[in-house]
Amino acid sequence: MEGSIQSQTQLLPGTLDLLILKAVSLGPLHGYAVLLRIGQISGGALLIEQGALYPALFRLVRQGLLSASWGISENNRKAKFYELTALGRKRFSQEAKDWNRLSEVMATVLAARVEEV
Amino acid sequence: MRLLFRIQSFLSELVHRPPVSEEVDAELRSHLEHRADDLERSGLSRREAERRARVEFGGYVKFKEQGREAAGWQFLEVLGQDVRFSLRKLRKSPGFTIAAVLTLALAIGANAVVFSVMNSFLLRPLNVPAPESLFELQHGNEASGFVSYPDYLDLRDRNHGFDGLAAFTVSTVGLDTGSNPSRTWALETSGNFFDVLRLQPYLGRFFHAADEHGPNSAPYIVLGYPFWHDHFQEDRTVIGRTVLLNKHPFTILGVAKPGFHGTLVFFNPDYYVPIVNHQLFGTEDMKARGVHWVFEVMGHVKADVSHAQAIADLNSIGADLEKAYPKDDAKMTFSLASPSLYGDYLGRPVKAFLAGLMLLSGLILVAACANLGSLFAARAADGAREVALRLALGASRRRILRQLFTEAILISLAGGALGLAGSVVILRALSAWQPIPRWPLHLSVNPDANVYAVALLLALASGFLFGAVPVRQILRANPYDVVKVGSSGNTGRRATLRDVLLVVQIAICAVLITSSMVGVRGLVRSLHANFGFDVQDTLLVDPNLSLAGYAPDRMLAMQKRMVEALEATPGVTSVAIADSVPFADNSSANAVFSDKITDFRPSNAAFTADYYNVSPEYFRAAGTALLSGRAFTWHDDMDATRVAIVNGEFARRIFGSVAGAVGGYFRVRDGARYQIVGVAEDGKYDSLTEDPKPVIFYSILQSPPVDGSLIVRTVADRDPAQLASSLRNTLHHLDEGLPIYVETRYEELASALFGPRMATISLGVLGGLGAMLAVTGIFGMAAYSVSKRLRELGIRVALGAQRREVLYAALARPLRLLAIGSAAGLALGLLATRVLAFIVYQATPRDPLVLCGVVLAMLLLGLVATWIPAQRALSVDPLILLREE
Repeated sequence: MEGSIQSQTQLLPGTLDLLILKAVSLGPLHGYAVLLRIGQISGGALLIEQGALYPALFRLVRQGLLSASWGISENNRKAKFYELTALGRKRFSQEAKDWNRLSEVMATVLAARVEEV
Repeated sequence: MRLLFRIQSFLSELVHRPPVSEEVDAELRSHLEHRADDLERSGLSRREAERRARVEFGGYVKFKEQGREAAGWQFLEVLGQDVRFSLRKLRKSPGFTIAAVLTLALAIGANAVVFSVMNSFLLRPLNVPAPESLFELQHGNEASGFVSYPDYLDLRDRNHGFDGLAAFTVSTVGLDTGSNPSRTWALETSGNFFDVLRLQPYLGRFFHAADEHGPNSAPYIVLGYPFWHDHFQEDRTVIGRTVLLNKHPFTILGVAKPGFHGTLVFFNPDYYVPIVNHQLFGTEDMKARGVHWVFEVMGHVKADVSHAQAIADLNSIGADLEKAYPKDDAKMTFSLASPSLYGDYLGRPVKAFLAGLMLLSGLILVAACANLGSLFAARAADGAREVALRLALGASRRRILRQLFTEAILISLAGGALGLAGSVVILRALSAWQPIPRWPLHLSVNPDANVYAVALLLALASGFLFGAVPVRQILRANPYDVVKVGSSGNTGRRATLRDVLLVVQIAICAVLITSSMVGVRGLVRSLHANFGFDVQDTLLVDPNLSLAGYAPDRMLAMQKRMVEALEATPGVTSVAIADSVPFADNSSANAVFSDKITDFRPSNAAFTADYYNVSPEYFRAAGTALLSGRAFTWHDDMDATRVAIVNGEFARRIFGSVAGAVGGYFRVRDGARYQIVGVAEDGKYDSLTEDPKPVIFYSILQSPPVDGSLIVRTVADRDPAQLASSLRNTLHHLDEGLPIYVETRYEELASALFGPRMATISLGVLGGLGAMLAVTGIFGMAAYSVSKRLRELGIRVALGAQRREVLYAALARPLRLLAIGSAAGLALGLLATRVLAFIVYQATPRDPLVLCGVVLAMLLLGLVATWIPAQRALSVDPLILLREE
């Protein structure tokens, strides 16, 4: 597990929110666990500065996409758990769709060759 | 969709309270510990693991701050910041702050007073159980509820729509508790009164329907709480005690609850007695179906009966009565009305008057907001540089607007609080005021929660209103332009929002000034109107013989003795007896028939005329001129032909002319035939605004003896108070036990003048407020425009401009706005005063004096308001100004 978060690709601006929504959509998580989940599902390919996670989490709570409550973690420590709200679930599926379309288009564009133009 | 999301996120912001500093700390620490746990598991010591975790995390403080920011500032935190900042700004310009707060305090205070009066008269329900289903019976064709006692009994026993019908009437009664008798006000009520109103006694018991067994069978009295408090010092042992009412023994049964004072909001009877004892208190015949003296009949409409059904039921009883007693009961149709202001009789004028006042005071508030709005806009223009700087430094426009509104709301709350405090003082005074000394009238207009809520609401609304004026200005502001060019402001010719606001404000003020002048003129005229009697140098003396126990057969002799004694008093020129006088509250009326008619049913009557029974001296003592014929003599008594003196209107209606009436005859309902021996001048009898109406005077020697007033004409310019006490002494020589009441003829008019006087006072106050607002508005505008253009004016002076030209350049615009606003306001005001004419006698807008007065007043206000700015413009020293830049 160690070192896996320090890897490699810089995040595109605006993608952190989507990653958080995805991570939390799989089940309620506390902050640190969100980072682990992202690292796990991305195969350790994405670089997220640990502290930068929290402003993003708070912003999502404020927008009503996440709800937060204190609980006890698997380490038997106090931790704040985040969960998708109904609005967050809707927003996540919308943004995931948008992102997929965009990445398809980008892939097509980037794959274009001279003879196809 | 976007809007929906905004609302949702705003709501969730409210629900999910953003984390406070400690909570963020706790969460970040929890993160570090979890990370350290992982690192420890991979083989590091705990100490080393914690260190590594901190390093990996990055800038702890930075992320904590970012986190808090992302979570949103706490509402209260920002508010606190804005409030502190606004207070600092307001403290820096105390003149502006004080002017703004005072303006708003006046406007909101005026509104709070008017609303509180409206609240206590119209909005607050009566202090009885289930007031919403309680109604009084009002005649279908007029705003009055008088019925005869037999009619009341029929309505009570035969209706199907009410949970019982109660009745009452008002009487003055001499109350003797062992010492001297005093004049008191009784509510004579039907036995079921308290049960129909569903009331419980405070002490002892009430009387009930079962206590009534025919005339004079229920000698019981229930005290009102205030009377018990004032006259019996809350002595609980009064229950069962006997007191004398008009010299007849009555037993005190109980005391009503503190908040209850009958069903008329403004009237406070001293106590309640069963109406079956009426013969001890009044002269009306309880068995006569044609004598409509019972003041009001009321009851709770049954829960399962609609209004229409209840009215239809009453009307069918009415139709039966009309058929059965055609001579006595004409037009017995009914409608239901609220009992608190005696149905529409007072309800309609009071509603109209208060609605008018509310409208005018609302206008005052709008004018004040326009005033403050333009002041705020001017301030925002001056502060444009600061705003631009803050925008350039990254402040959001939203934040700047928020701060601006905070400032506006602070001012409006301070103004509201001050205004409310002032209005509470005024309302306390109004509540303690006895407008008509003779009557136990009491206007309890103390503010309640409604009033406070409305004042708060008005304050907040006006804060947002005038705070919103400069919003567009700020949203449009481009920081680069402002910083580059400086805030020289546009002095263009284009009409700005501020100009429009000023015109609106001045127009409103002109409306107020116009209506108050029309009102004042009307009142002045009505005081100089021809009443048909002399108001000056006349005293009215009520010896209250019946309260002192004089039986009718002893009255006339006593009255003659009193007249003789009073005539011998120094300062008195003539004395007359009358059962009632014009503008007193107890006049009676006769249906009048032409001499040829033999069938005396009401529909055959020529008209109904008020009548007064008077002694021979009356016309001299009252100062009523005889146009033709003779006055009564002491020989016009029971043995002589029945004679009458009528007024000019009566003569014209039946005989076509004054001259033709003398020697003519007419008849009244019982068939009695009267010969007219004289014609008196027309006058006013009930109200100042009434149309000319026919009136009859009968000789008091030919009518049943009644307890009446003595009209005393005095030599000119005597001190009435001194004379009153010598008259009282004279009469007490004749009988120690007379509860004598003396007032001047003018005081007696107080009740008739009450409405117009109140209207004029309120209009005057509102007009004064309007004038003040106009002055501050024009002053603000002129001062601002002068200060903006000081540099330009300095250059003009340096280039040799004359004083006149400087003044024109500086003040032409505010003065032009003043002229436009005044003209518009005057026109609107003249339209509005048509409404006023209903309340104030002879209030006509087409009065050259009013027109001139308004124009003059507005000119004067303009002069006052522009004086200081003009002085400032004239004293411009170009050298100093140019050096400053």
